[in-house]
Amino acid sequence: MKDPCDRHLREIRRHLDALKSLGSAPVRIMEVCGTHTMVLARAGLRSLLGEGVRFLSGPGCPVCVTDGAYLERAIHLSRTRPDITLASYGDMVRVPGQSGSLADARCAGADVRVVYSAGQAVEIALACRDRQVVFLAVGFETTAPGTALALRRAQREGLENFSVLTAHKRILPAMRALLVGDDVRVDAFLCPGHVSVIVGWGVYRELVDRFARPCVVAGFEPSQILAGVAEILRQLAEKQPQAASVYPPVSREGNRVAQAILEETFVPADAVWRGLGEIPESGLDLREELAAFDAARRFELPDYPTQDPPDCRCGDVLCGRCDPAECPLFSRRCTPRDPVGACMVSSEGACAAAYQYERFRKR
Amino acid sequence: MCLAIPGRIEWMKGRSAGVVMGGNRTEVMADLIPQAKVGDWVLVHAGVAITVLNAEEARMTYNLLDEMSQLENKGPAPQ
Amino acid sequence: MNRERIQLAHGGGGQLSAELIAEVILPILGSQRPGRLTDAACLSVDAGRLAFTTDSYVVQPLEFPGGDIGKLAVCGTINDLAVAGAQPRALSLSLVLQEGLAISTLRKVLTSAAGAARDAGVEIVTGDTKVVGREGCDGMIVNTAGVGVVAEGAELGFERVEQGDCILLSGALGEHGLSVVSCRKGLSFATDLRSDCAALHELTGSLLASLGGNVHFMRDPTRGGLAATLAELAAAIGRDVEIQEEAIPVNPVARSAAEMLGLDLLTVANEGKLVAVVAARQAPRALEILRSHRLGAKAAIIGTVGEAASGPLVEMQTVVGGRRIVQMPYGEELPRIC
Repeated sequence: MKDPCDRHLREIRRHLDALKSLGSAPVRIMEVCGTHTMVLARAGLRSLLGEGVRFLSGPGCPVCVTDGAYLERAIHLSRTRPDITLASYGDMVRVPGQSGSLADARCAGADVRVVYSAGQAVEIALACRDRQVVFLAVGFETTAPGTALALRRAQREGLENFSVLTAHKRILPAMRALLVGDDVRVDAFLCPGHVSVIVGWGVYRELVDRFARPCVVAGFEPSQILAGVAEILRQLAEKQPQAASVYPPVSREGNRVAQAILEETFVPADAVWRGLGEIPESGLDLREELAAFDAARRFELPDYPTQDPPDCRCGDVLCGRCDPAECPLFSRRCTPRDPVGACMVSSEGACAAAYQYERFRKR
Repeated sequence: MCLAIPGRIEWMKGRSAGVVMGGNRTEVMADLIPQAKVGDWVLVHAGVAITVLNAEEARMTYNLLDEMSQLENKGPAPQ
Repeated sequence: MNRERIQLAHGGGGQLSAELIAEVILPILGSQRPGRLTDAACLSVDAGRLAFTTDSYVVQPLEFPGGDIGKLAVCGTINDLAVAGAQPRALSLSLVLQEGLAISTLRKVLTSAAGAARDAGVEIVTGDTKVVGREGCDGMIVNTAGVGVVAEGAELGFERVEQGDCILLSGALGEHGLSVVSCRKGLSFATDLRSDCAALHELTGSLLASLGGNVHFMRDPTRGGLAATLAELAAAIGRDVEIQEEAIPVNPVARSAAEMLGLDLLTVANEGKLVAVVAARQAPRALEILRSHRLGAKAAIIGTVGEAASGPLVEMQTVVGGRRIVQMPYGEELPRIC
């Protein structure tokens, strides 16, 4: 494992020297994907790469970017309808909303079950016909097909006690929005590996053509991330930004079957992202034909205003405008044990990663 | 943003596939990989196989796999 | 009357209670002391130091690959004694049973508790049984307490840990926590993994017999895993602790399961692993002793105790050469997809 890392590190240093002589270092790379954020921290890659490369955590943690109002709706449901079972990925359970988290709701008697797949939520609905099962459908293009498949199964089985509360997101519109807003300097994107398995690396060409930033898809082993960084620096040093992948499972066109299933199930819709606000066509709403499975309609859920906790800089962290440690709450009022913002809750959140793995004492 | 781990298909039945991932077996939805067959390596995310890996890809990409195949030959790890 | 399931009356102190004890519990647990049902067990002990501990066990499901709540309750309490430097002498075992529990499940759990105690050479000398309504608990709660005799020459404690001491780990991480998760509702996956649930007193006994006061501290990394044990150690001794990821023994099946569920192996529970902090010059000998026992075959020296610090940290040199902090996990670790 160490050898390929060493090889990539040597290459990285070589490109960095070239970039330094061009005056273009340090290089600001946004790792869009929360799992990349996590691996960077867990493997200590920042400490390995030194000052020449700065990583900015992007909006690629589904829990972190999910708008607080979504959680309020879910919690409202669990509190007002005793016949409802919420099925959620473990990631969402501890996220604090204005009126507490799903874990708090569970303590207060709500039926909140942790599932590992959308299919398991359907299984619960099949097993408990007398309960209304609402699946909290969050995540990007990698996760959304699972929701789509679960809905198909619910349709096939004629399940009347299954519905979904969707907050699925599309990553490309968010990356575009970050570059259009010009207050964040991003020199290149380290693109998400598994979203790209679905959407294909070809979609990033649009960003390269329009904004001239390297967009490189990388895998999740530390050595694969370093390979991605090396490729980004090569492109920058040679002044040839490209869309590319150094992660073998990713093809240019992605998984066409998955894309078709997404298309049949969802329509792109404007969506609110924590920290980024509303981004056109960045969400996935259920198609009209599937409206019967929309929990928001079935239970006539009210809209909640979006309200981030005061002083919390999650939004800025998610756009790369500040490092976790620059937030006044970081490691003081906001810790993984008692999180204020979503970035501290999700273990792939930039703040949680920084808190857990990178609070080194100043030496 | 999305954890996905490699595994090998042990059986397929309709839209489901049994996948072994380093000594752990689970059933996944195989709708997104209609071309897959028993013995193929796949990437699994949240109970859904999202793509088929060719063996070379799998070996090159995941340093885990060598150990995994060794393990499968030897059976479960000694306690 | 349903004779297959536990009823509230089984805990009422009347005829049914007596029947349960006489027909189910004693034949399994009490074979060594037939006919002696007094309010307290009397033990004769040699002069010296006694260690005394208690722990309550709740686990869902009650049975998991490699063990069940009965074995867990016996081994767990033996291990608490063992890491305090004691050899276990006697255990108590108290049951809180849920109304409706299958008596066959109770028999299985008691049989495995008795087996674990017999294997460890410890007697279960006293106990108690209560029954609660269906809302009162989930299946059963088992409490065990244990008394042990502290080995002569054993001087263990946070205050004994010094800079330069070596940290040893007796085997691979996460086997217990992950095998329990593997059969939890909603997450179930089949696994070759088995809980590492085991009694550690032979391992600790042979370390202390050979190295005496050179063993400075011992702990079994249960809930919260190695991360919690080391974070607590660093905080208690006011010193940094440094470990090497590469040195930590790994069970590839556990690693794969942890990756599948998005869990960090360092934070997953173990029930048959030992962390020992040993004087540096005795570390190779300690390693040899651990490795010569079947429970320590994969033992390794994983790190060292560092300098005094005001906010002590556990730092890990990662496999790829980076550095990260290992900190106290903050409670419930949830499987995640991201």
